[in-house]
Amino acid sequence: MSALLQAEGLDLRFGAVRALDGVAISIWPGEVVAIVGESGSGKSSLLRVLAGMQRADAGQVLYRDAAGATHSILDASDAALRRLMRSDWGFVHQNARDALRMEVSAGGNVGERLMAAGERHYGHIRKVAAHWLERVEMDPARMDESPKNFSGGMQQRLQIARTLVTNPRLVFMDEPTGGLDVSVQARLLDLIRGLVADLGLAVLLVTHDIAAARLLAHRIVVMRHGRVVEEGLTDRVLDDPQHPYTQLLVSSVLAA
Amino acid sequence: MYVSVKGGETAIGHAHAWLAEARRGDTALAELSTAQIEQQLSLAVDRVMAEGACADRGLAALALKQARGDSTEAAFLLRAYRTTLPRFGYTLPVDTAAMAIHRRISSTYKDLPGGQVLGPTFDYTHRLLDFALEAEGLAAPPPAAEAQEEAGRMPAVTAILAQEGLMAPDLASDAEPPDITREPLAFPADRALRLQAMARGDEGFLLSLGYSTQRGYGNAHPFVGEIRMGEVRVEIEPPELGFAIDIGDIMVSECQMVNQFAGTAEAPPQFTRGYGLVVGQNERKAMAMSLVDRALRAPELGEVATAPAQSPEFVLYHCDNVESTGFVEHLKLPHYVDFQSELEKIRAIRARWFAERAP
Amino acid sequence: MSETTPKPRPLAGYNFGYLDEATKRMIRRALLKAVCIPGHQVPFGAREMPLPYGWGTGGIQVTSAVLGPSDVLKVIDQGADDTTNAVSIRRFFSRVAGVATTERTAEATIIQTRHRIPETPLREGQILVYQVPMPEPLFKLEPRVAESTRLHALADYGLMQVKLYEDIARQGEVGTSYNHPVMVNHRYLMSPSPIPAFDNPKMHMNAGLQLFGAGREKRIYAVPPYTDVRSLDFEDHPFKPVRAPHACAICGSAESYLDEVITDDAGGRMHVCSDTDYCASRPPLEDAP
Repeated sequence: MSALLQAEGLDLRFGAVRALDGVAISIWPGEVVAIVGESGSGKSSLLRVLAGMQRADAGQVLYRDAAGATHSILDASDAALRRLMRSDWGFVHQNARDALRMEVSAGGNVGERLMAAGERHYGHIRKVAAHWLERVEMDPARMDESPKNFSGGMQQRLQIARTLVTNPRLVFMDEPTGGLDVSVQARLLDLIRGLVADLGLAVLLVTHDIAAARLLAHRIVVMRHGRVVEEGLTDRVLDDPQHPYTQLLVSSVLAA
Repeated sequence: MYVSVKGGETAIGHAHAWLAEARRGDTALAELSTAQIEQQLSLAVDRVMAEGACADRGLAALALKQARGDSTEAAFLLRAYRTTLPRFGYTLPVDTAAMAIHRRISSTYKDLPGGQVLGPTFDYTHRLLDFALEAEGLAAPPPAAEAQEEAGRMPAVTAILAQEGLMAPDLASDAEPPDITREPLAFPADRALRLQAMARGDEGFLLSLGYSTQRGYGNAHPFVGEIRMGEVRVEIEPPELGFAIDIGDIMVSECQMVNQFAGTAEAPPQFTRGYGLVVGQNERKAMAMSLVDRALRAPELGEVATAPAQSPEFVLYHCDNVESTGFVEHLKLPHYVDFQSELEKIRAIRARWFAERAP
Repeated sequence: MSETTPKPRPLAGYNFGYLDEATKRMIRRALLKAVCIPGHQVPFGAREMPLPYGWGTGGIQVTSAVLGPSDVLKVIDQGADDTTNAVSIRRFFSRVAGVATTERTAEATIIQTRHRIPETPLREGQILVYQVPMPEPLFKLEPRVAESTRLHALADYGLMQVKLYEDIARQGEVGTSYNHPVMVNHRYLMSPSPIPAFDNPKMHMNAGLQLFGAGREKRIYAVPPYTDVRSLDFEDHPFKPVRAPHACAICGSAESYLDEVITDDAGGRMHVCSDTDYCASRPPLEDAP
C-alpha cells in the first residue's frame, strides 16, 4: 500500500439514519484532501471514523506509518490510537476550546506533546514553543498568557501550533475556520496553506466552505446523505462538476 | 531548657475521661437505656443501622448511646464492629412482594388493589411542637391497627404497568453481585454495585443529590410508583441442608420511582424505574436513592450525563459518610511538617517576586 | 534514650494484629503484587477499622498484615513518636498484638510513619509503612479515577510535566514542597505520600522495603529495596530538596529536617529536628535552650 491512509466500505448508522454508506477514501503523503458537503452529509462522521474516534459498523481503515508498517484503525487498541494521535497524527478541532487546556499557558499548551513524548529540558521546550508561536504568526512574548485572553482566531492558531509541534505526517482538520469572522478566516486559511506547503503535511480537511477547499485542497470529495457522490482534482470538480448535487453546491457559491 | 511538648498519652487520657463525663451528662438524671433508645428514638436507630450496614437494632442503639447521639459517629462504630464479625454466607434475595406491610402508598393511582395504607407516617401531622411531650409518666397512646398480612392483595404498581408493556424491564442477570464490604469499588460500576453503595450511603448526601435531579440537574420527571415499608423474611440456604431456612424478619423501606423515557429507534417509549431499598424505616433515603439510581442510569438509557447526580464516580466516591467524615476530620491531625515545607517555599518564591520588582 | 518496651499482654477476643487471617491473606496478596510492580497502585478490599478513615487505616492494615510476634514496632507522625496519633496507633498495636514497641529507629523491624522518612538510614530487613491519604499522584489534575487509571496504563504522564512547567513559568520554581511526585523504576508515577520534598531522595535505592497503604481510597503500593526512585523535574531545573536554612537548636544538626517552633508573641522562633529519635541520639549542644 503506498497511500498514507486508505479506507473502504465504511458504514455507520445512528438508529435509522445512515451517517456513512459504503464510503471509500484515500490520501497520499503531502496531499490535501477536502471533504465537502452540507451539514448532515456525513463528512464529520467520516473524519471521526478515519481518526479512530468513532467505530464504524463495517469497513476498513488502513494507515501506513513512517516505517512502512500498516495499522488497521478500526480494530486498533486505545493505546495504539493514543500513540498515533500523539506522534504521527494531529487533529485540529473546529472549536479551539475543545483541544486547548484553558487553564494552561500558551507555551504549556504548545509544549505538552513534547513533554508527553519525554522532552525534559525546560529551556528547549520554551525555545520550540516560541518558534511555533512565531510560525503561526503569534507574538512569542505572549507565551505565558492564558488562552482565555486570546481571540477566537488566536486560539485557533495556538491549536494549530500545539498540533504541529510533533511534526505529524497526517493532520485531520474539522472545519478549522468555522465560527470565525470572514477576515480572520482568510488569514487563517493563508497560514494553513503556507504551513502545509512548507512542512509537506498530508491533510484531511472537512469543510462546508467551497472557497476554502479550492484554496487549500489538491483533491476534493463531495458527500451527500452519507455517500460520496463525486471526487477528483479540486479544479476539475469545481470547474466542471458532473453530479447534479456538486453542480448545485458550486453554483450556490458563485451566486453568493 | 527547651523541651518539646510531651505528654500526648496523658492528654489523650484526660480527653477520654472528659468525654465519658460529657456522655453521661447530669448524673441527677436517669441514665438512658439502650432499650429506650431503640424504642423511642427508633428512626435514629434505623438510620444508624442503614449507614452502619449492620441490621441489628440493639447494636445500633448502643452505638448511638456511646456516640452521644451523633449518628455518623454511631455508624462508624457499627461498621468497625462489623469488620470483626465472621461471615457465614449470603441470604437469598428478600421478596418485597411478600412483605408484611406497615405502609404502602402510590402517587400514580388514586385507588389500587390493596389500597393506600398510610402506616405510622409524619406526612399529615402539623409540625407544631407538642409541649405535652415534655412531661413524663404520660399514659401510653391507644394501640393502632394491626399490620396487613395479605400481601397477595397488593400487587406492585410497577407490575401493573408492566402488564400493559409500559414498564421497561430491568436487565436481569444471574451474575453474582459484587460485595463492596470485601472488594473495593471498581468502575465502570454496574447497577448492583451502585445500589449497594447507596444503600449504606449518607442520607443527607443522597437527599441533596436526589433534590438536584428535581431542580434540573439531570431531570427525569419522577412519580412515586410505590413506597412500601414493612417486614420481609430473611432466608439462607446452608450447603449442608440444600434448602432455604427462615432465620428471621427485618424491616425494610422500598421505593420505586416511575420516570419518563422517550424511547429509541429500537425501543418504544416506556416508563423506566428508579429503585431504592434501605434497611429499617428510612423512607426519605429510599426515595432519594431511587432518584439517584435513575439519574445514574443515564448512559444505559442513551441520555447525556452532565449533572453531578449522573456521575457514578462523583456519587459513589462521596456517598459513604464514614469515609467522608474520616478524611474531612483528618485535617485536624498535625500537618506541621508539610506546612514547614510550604513556609520555606513561599518565602523563597516571595523573595524572588520582590527581587524581580526591586528598582 | 528509650529502649524497646517489653511485650504487653494483648486484648482477649481479637486475632493477632486485629485483622482476621483471611483479610491478612488478601492484603498480603495485594502487597506481593505491589512489590512485583514497583509504584503501581493495587486495589484492595480495605476494611473499616477502629480508627477513622484518613487517620492511618491503610498503614494500620498493612502493618497488621506483615506484623509477627517477634517484630519490634515504631510508630511516628510528623517524625515524632509522641504526637497524639502516633501514640494512639502504637497503643492500638500494643493492645491487639502485644508486640514490643520502640522509639529507636535502629531497633525497629517495622516503622509505621505519617508524613516523614526517618533521618537514620534503614537497613536491609527493615520495613517502612507509609500512611497515604491520596494514592493517586494525578488526582488534582485529573480527579476521575477511570481516566487517571488509563493514563497510568499508557504511561501518559505529560499532564504532570506540564504542571511543573507551568509552576516554573509562573513563579520560577516548582510549586510542590511536599508530596512531590516520583517516577519509580522508570515506569510508574507515584505519590510518595505527603512527606516533605526534602525526604524524597531517601526513597531512592533504599535498603529497606517501603510499603504504602491508603485505607479510604483502598489502594496499596510498594517500592522494593534498591529501586530507582526519581523526583520529577527538568534537566535545567533539577529537583531541590527544601529545608529551613538553620541548624537544630538542640543537637546542632544542619542536615536534618527542622520544625519551626514559635517561642513568644513577638515572633521569636527556633528550629529543632522533626525526627525526635534522631535528635535524642545526638549529643546536645552546650548552649541548647
